[in-house]
Amino acid sequence: MTSSFRLAARSVAVVALLLAPVFAISGTHAQTVTSKPPTTFKLANGMQVVVIEDHRTPVVTQMIWYKVGSADETPGKSGLAHFLEHLMFKGTAKHPAGEFSQTVQRIGGNENAFTSTDYTGYYQRVTKDQLGKMMEFEADRMTGLVLKDENVLPERDVVLEEYNMRVANSPDARLSEQIMAALYLNHPYGRPIIGWHQEIEKLDREDALAFYKRFYAPNNATLIIAGDVDVEEIRPMVERTYGVVPAQPSIPERRMRPQEPTPAAPRAVTLSDPRVEQSSVRRYYLVPSATTAAAGESQALDVLGQLIGGGANSYLYRALVVDKQLAINAGASYQGTALDSAQFMISASPRPGVDFAEIEKTMDAVIADLATSPVPAADLERVKTQLVAEAIYAQDNQASLARWYGAALTTGLSVEDIRSWPDRIKAVTAEQVRAAAQAWLEKKRSVTGYLVKDTSAPKREEKRS
Amino acid sequence: MNMITSARRIGLAFAAALSFTSLTAAPSHAAAKIQHLVTPGGIEAWFVQDATVPLIAMEYAFGGGAAQDPKDKSGTANMVASLMDEGAADLDSKTFHERLDRRAIELSYNAQRDYFRGSLRMLKDNRDEAFDLLRLSLTQPRFDSADVERIRAQILSGLRRETTNPSSIATRKFLELAFGDHPYSRPSNGSLAEVPGITIDDIKAYKARVIAKDTLKVAVVGDVDPATLSKLLDQTFGGLPAKASLPPVPEIVATKPPQKSFVTLDVPQTVITFGSPGIKRDDPNFMAAYIVTHILGGGTLSSRLYHEVREKRGLVYGVSGSLLWMAHSGIYIGNTATRADRATETIDTVTSEVKRMAEQGPTQQELDEAKSYLKGSQMLALDTSSKLAGALLQYQLDRLPIDYIEKRNAVVDAVTLDQAKAAAKKLWADGLLTVVVGRAPQAAAAPLVPAPKAN
Repeated sequence: MTSSFRLAARSVAVVALLLAPVFAISGTHAQTVTSKPPTTFKLANGMQVVVIEDHRTPVVTQMIWYKVGSADETPGKSGLAHFLEHLMFKGTAKHPAGEFSQTVQRIGGNENAFTSTDYTGYYQRVTKDQLGKMMEFEADRMTGLVLKDENVLPERDVVLEEYNMRVANSPDARLSEQIMAALYLNHPYGRPIIGWHQEIEKLDREDALAFYKRFYAPNNATLIIAGDVDVEEIRPMVERTYGVVPAQPSIPERRMRPQEPTPAAPRAVTLSDPRVEQSSVRRYYLVPSATTAAAGESQALDVLGQLIGGGANSYLYRALVVDKQLAINAGASYQGTALDSAQFMISASPRPGVDFAEIEKTMDAVIADLATSPVPAADLERVKTQLVAEAIYAQDNQASLARWYGAALTTGLSVEDIRSWPDRIKAVTAEQVRAAAQAWLEKKRSVTGYLVKDTSAPKREEKRS
Repeated sequence: MNMITSARRIGLAFAAALSFTSLTAAPSHAAAKIQHLVTPGGIEAWFVQDATVPLIAMEYAFGGGAAQDPKDKSGTANMVASLMDEGAADLDSKTFHERLDRRAIELSYNAQRDYFRGSLRMLKDNRDEAFDLLRLSLTQPRFDSADVERIRAQILSGLRRETTNPSSIATRKFLELAFGDHPYSRPSNGSLAEVPGITIDDIKAYKARVIAKDTLKVAVVGDVDPATLSKLLDQTFGGLPAKASLPPVPEIVATKPPQKSFVTLDVPQTVITFGSPGIKRDDPNFMAAYIVTHILGGGTLSSRLYHEVREKRGLVYGVSGSLLWMAHSGIYIGNTATRADRATETIDTVTSEVKRMAEQGPTQQELDEAKSYLKGSQMLALDTSSKLAGALLQYQLDRLPIDYIEKRNAVVDAVTLDQAKAAAKKLWADGLLTVVVGRAPQAAAAPLVPAPKAN
């Protein structure tokens, strides 16, 4: 699943949202980190607040996460969650268009927003003395948005250009859309977050306002404050700003979406485009997310992803790129942060002249091996150490921490789930890894996508002069 | 969920100049405690000791980079950088990676325009192993032929992809337009024509010429004491040759605008790269130029270009520009993208905003707000160990003093409205160098210079 950013956040080194590794113990070298756990509290209007203290630099990140994403759109209105995210910058009765952003700029902050299948988020990073002002603005636009056609229509053009940039100009992204649409027979995860072009074109002011009123309210939001703050100091600020926004009781506690039937047949899609200069194959398996998985299963999939495709010594890279020299590159990933199901992905780029069939034969062999015999203890230790270390590296970045907590909390996990993640990784056994491979990396649960060069198109036009 | 952060600003292979830093903070904060460490072996490092998180981050650089690629072998530095972590001494690639992976040590190299850079990050308990593996890779890299061919195939595959990527084509074309046959015109990842000809001897020769102590700059942030760090630095870098052998790179001023170049490519969205000659980092007017660049299109949601091109007209998703400075030149470069039938309107709008800025400069209010932004924002660039180490390295490469963080606000405040106007005029009075990659529009508004094939 992709999430579309309003402005590409330049420096957010993202970081597959592996389920939030935080505050950990480092692998074989016991090294307990005694970082303070985040403080959480709930306002009377239902808003959840998480405070993560980091006093190294006088900077603070405010992130507000709404439990609404593209999978919550009404059919026919794809792209609406993301379109509204753009429109949230168009001002309120109290703060007309541009005032919020100008204020952020004047104080030397930065800001952005993002939309995913399950959530929509907004953030500012500012020096700590400006936090109160940011809260005031953010709380105000939770219910105070004012939209006029003069703002809405040019912004729709902006979104269409974003579509052109992310999707239309990228054969790779177009293949991803096809794979997801084929993988999900019934669940709205099959729709692109940015929307289908012909539906984006028709979104309007009324659509956006209706969606906004339906989903934007304190009882559907999680506020994350990370940085150089003291909980006791900011709590009154939070009460004064967000605390006065009325709850919206009609928002259900749980989101119910149409679920996938048990997959019955492997599927394949091929996208050909004259611009493809490197062919590739990607297979997505429908697997449980951290939220839907049985105990330990999601962590076994984390380990499996790292074993199959994490780095130069992963099984798939060794087999395809180093030993058999069939591929230029190979990888695998599992991103477990989702309210409903998740995907396990494996991929490879064949060397010139190598057939997809040869590549897939090796992929299948690697998976079959993992599904039948337990992995060697040394390999298991190695990948667990790497995963757990990510938890410590993550502590170095308050914005990543805020992002991890936000994504997890808006997809049905708890603070405790996040904090115990390293321990649960360490507890994964070779047998659990084998069982996960056997249960979930089954061909009929998958869609295989091929990216190939379209050679039927006319040759590239001559340059004009 | 896999978040795709797209590059609004098209990734340039240039040394992404890390910013300027202001410190409004109390001195208790990490960034305020920079030590100048000189080891018994004579290695110098800027160092911040901080135990908040149990890790150590080191950033370092040697002079050289892609500008030192042999003639007709562009991409050599990039190949060396891609191969230095592929095995060393008696550890082959597999074993070397295994040693790194087992302790989650992050070790990498990166060839930039003027510098050959490296970074190392580890949990503090693994520091001896991490520095030892770094020492081996710096002093005895293997460059085994199987690894060289594997990496070469990956680089060539990337280069082939670039031939149909409008952003890559635009950037390559822009550098050619700006720098002619100067080494800065060559992309640091090389070309399809030249990468196949780079031999293992070329790789070894480059490594022997460039990786040496006399140009080394080091920055370290993390949970280690100065005495231990000193020892580690001596062990790691002490065995390198004393002197690099770097043929001088000539100074160059980028091509005088206006110039336009059009490359036809059948893509739904047209990519536009624009720019002009810039300013060197040691120029006394650098800060004034930096400020007007910010006001024009500095990547915030309030810049002039953002307002006029995106907010008002809905022409594009992103539009911004920035200064890039190199050891021997400087340019201003910006990017945007729109559908083919709106490309002319987009270029016209960008051009007229640039012209207006050149002729009238910023307003006093814009100048004040930009200063306020620059002073307020830079703490954000220092809030992780890796970012702080990166900034401390960049200051050294830019030959700034070790107390620059404290001095910078005064430098920003000293810029007058007249200086800002003069800087805008100097940057943009001649207009723009423009590269357009996309479908040919039905009617072209301006005569376009014929462009050579993109690849």
